[in-house]
Amino acid sequence: MKKLPPWGWAVIVLLLVLLFNLVKTPGFFEFHVRDGRIYGSLIDILNRATPVLLLSLGMTLVIATGGVDLSVGAVMAMTGATAACLIAQPTNSPLSSINVHQSIPQIIVISLFVALLCGTFNGMLVSWLGLQPIVATLLLMVAGRGIAQLLSNGQIITFQFPAFQAIGNGGTLGLPNPMWIGVIVACLFGLLVRGTALGLFVSAVGSNPIAAKNSGINPGRVKMVAYVLTALCAGIAGIIGTADIQAADATNAGLNLELDAILAVSVGGTFSNSGRFSIFGSVVGAILMQTLTTTILTRGVSADATLIIKAIVVVTVCLLQSPEFRNLFSKLGSFVPKKSGGVA
Amino acid sequence: MISLRSRSKSVMLSIFIGAMIATGCSNSGGSESSSTGGAGGAKDSGKKLVVGFAQTGAESGWRTANTESIKSEAQKRGIDLKFVDAQGKPENQITAIKNFIAQGVDVIAFSPKVEDGFEPVLQEAKKAGIPVIMSDRRAKVSDDLYATFIGSDFVEEGRMAGKWLIEKTKGKCNIAELSGSPGSAPANDRKTGFAEAIKDQPGMKIVFSQTGNFERAKGKEVMEALLKSPVGKTVNVVYAHNDDMAIGAIQAIEEAGKKPGTDIFIVSIDGIKDAFKAMVDGKLNCSVECNPLLGPFIMDAAEKIKKGEKMDKRTVVKDGIFDQSVAAKELPNRKY
Repeated sequence: MKKLPPWGWAVIVLLLVLLFNLVKTPGFFEFHVRDGRIYGSLIDILNRATPVLLLSLGMTLVIATGGVDLSVGAVMAMTGATAACLIAQPTNSPLSSINVHQSIPQIIVISLFVALLCGTFNGMLVSWLGLQPIVATLLLMVAGRGIAQLLSNGQIITFQFPAFQAIGNGGTLGLPNPMWIGVIVACLFGLLVRGTALGLFVSAVGSNPIAAKNSGINPGRVKMVAYVLTALCAGIAGIIGTADIQAADATNAGLNLELDAILAVSVGGTFSNSGRFSIFGSVVGAILMQTLTTTILTRGVSADATLIIKAIVVVTVCLLQSPEFRNLFSKLGSFVPKKSGGVA
Repeated sequence: MISLRSRSKSVMLSIFIGAMIATGCSNSGGSESSSTGGAGGAKDSGKKLVVGFAQTGAESGWRTANTESIKSEAQKRGIDLKFVDAQGKPENQITAIKNFIAQGVDVIAFSPKVEDGFEPVLQEAKKAGIPVIMSDRRAKVSDDLYATFIGSDFVEEGRMAGKWLIEKTKGKCNIAELSGSPGSAPANDRKTGFAEAIKDQPGMKIVFSQTGNFERAKGKEVMEALLKSPVGKTVNVVYAHNDDMAIGAIQAIEEAGKKPGTDIFIVSIDGIKDAFKAMVDGKLNCSVECNPLLGPFIMDAAEKIKKGEKMDKRTVVKDGIFDQSVAAKELPNRKY
């Protein structure tokens, strides 16, 4: 058997979950066309997977450089709150002095600027001050949600602005806009890491920062880029989330999504400090996570079981990725003649 | 192997430091503000009734209205209110209550964020001889630890929603239930009350029940998935444990090309302003009010307790029910 790529197990498990749905969930693979839009569970999966997908794209680079970014959920809340406040102009928000006159480019640029600041802050703490990434980003994870609440004055800010809402719930060429955004950003990331030297630098810094430094790479700068890109992705996810529900909920927006993103990245075969990472794997990981959620919701599984099912699937994929675990199994099954000798 | 071990050690260390930062932040997280009612408050503060209130946070429009009501009522009556916003963390509430005990306030009031964990700190309050009022939510503590619990009857709210639905659908419908955060008192009680109201109606079935965590985004996602399932195609009523989830569900129903309020009936609880707007637009059918304006009730109770009057353990705040027929008239009166 040829050696599987690191994301191979995620693809296999994803196919298994889809196969389960093909057999067990009637209507899961149905499509309807209405008002020039395609509807169906599969489209829902890709649409709903976009926020986690965006987060996991950036997270892949951060994890590959040996770090982690816990603040992405809070950054989503902050950008979402910024966008909603710019649109709705609530009287007692600190942002009410900025009037962008409902210009969508300005709203997006200002919101993403907030994300950029967050990414720079994380990057500075990690690369210049040398803080542990888990601690450095924890700061913003805790404080960021507070800032978001401050921006929105602790309220759920709601608005009616169809042109902006289209970012979250509109469609282009029959498919939902968030999906297009996800595809475009994922392709950009693919180009960035494979078409430029960034991918090589990230691998070098992740596997051996000292060697990387001695060969002329500035590890601090590479890490800075990774954190800034992650925050920008979180910013885009925050804007999509806010546009989708026409409201910014500082308390709940993006809550715990950092964990989903980290899971998606690990399921996709990117390991901390190994120098190995896969953008494609993270995309598959994010889609797998959402496929599970949508399956659970469509089948009406009780809420208590949801997290357990997710955990079991993630643990299974991670165990399958471990050569030690697979060796154990091939030892147990050594009485049975096996075709695949080279699992390790 | 060695490098792996040292790496895991450094991870452990950073988690530990992280936890210290997190708890440090939450300890300093509660922000305290004291509002002395009326002019020259400081002079005669000795005679003034001092009430310490530990709010859960400012998570929703409902909560903000609740806070406003408490603050403005204290000011109106010239009560010295020490108000702490616990920012959604029960541990901040406990710290706040401990501070109130240390400051020797006359009455402590709070809305327990969660049901469990308040017993020890309320024991301390009892030892210090400070009466405690619980508002809006109840903590699981023995009866001798608090003077009264003021708030809506969540079970009754569920019952009211159920009864309204029986009348409107003539006892025949397939219901999808969007429940609140698992384990929270409003989610449990609203489920119980609703189930109780429809239990004698053989034509009314809850065919789907899933949590939407009281959130708009989650309500929308759950509804979207439900509408595509075989069960979802039979659903003609949505019962949501709060308005925010109902509003999310309305968006999902619209995006699926159905008419919320007509094709699918929607009933929810809380009575926030956005729900009234949705009713005026014909997208929401009914909202059971959950009154957040508890300030007058709390301050009444505080004054009575201070005078030594006996209080009932339970002060029920009456809730109204609103449907599309009255929504337009009521909308301008909504404060939250």
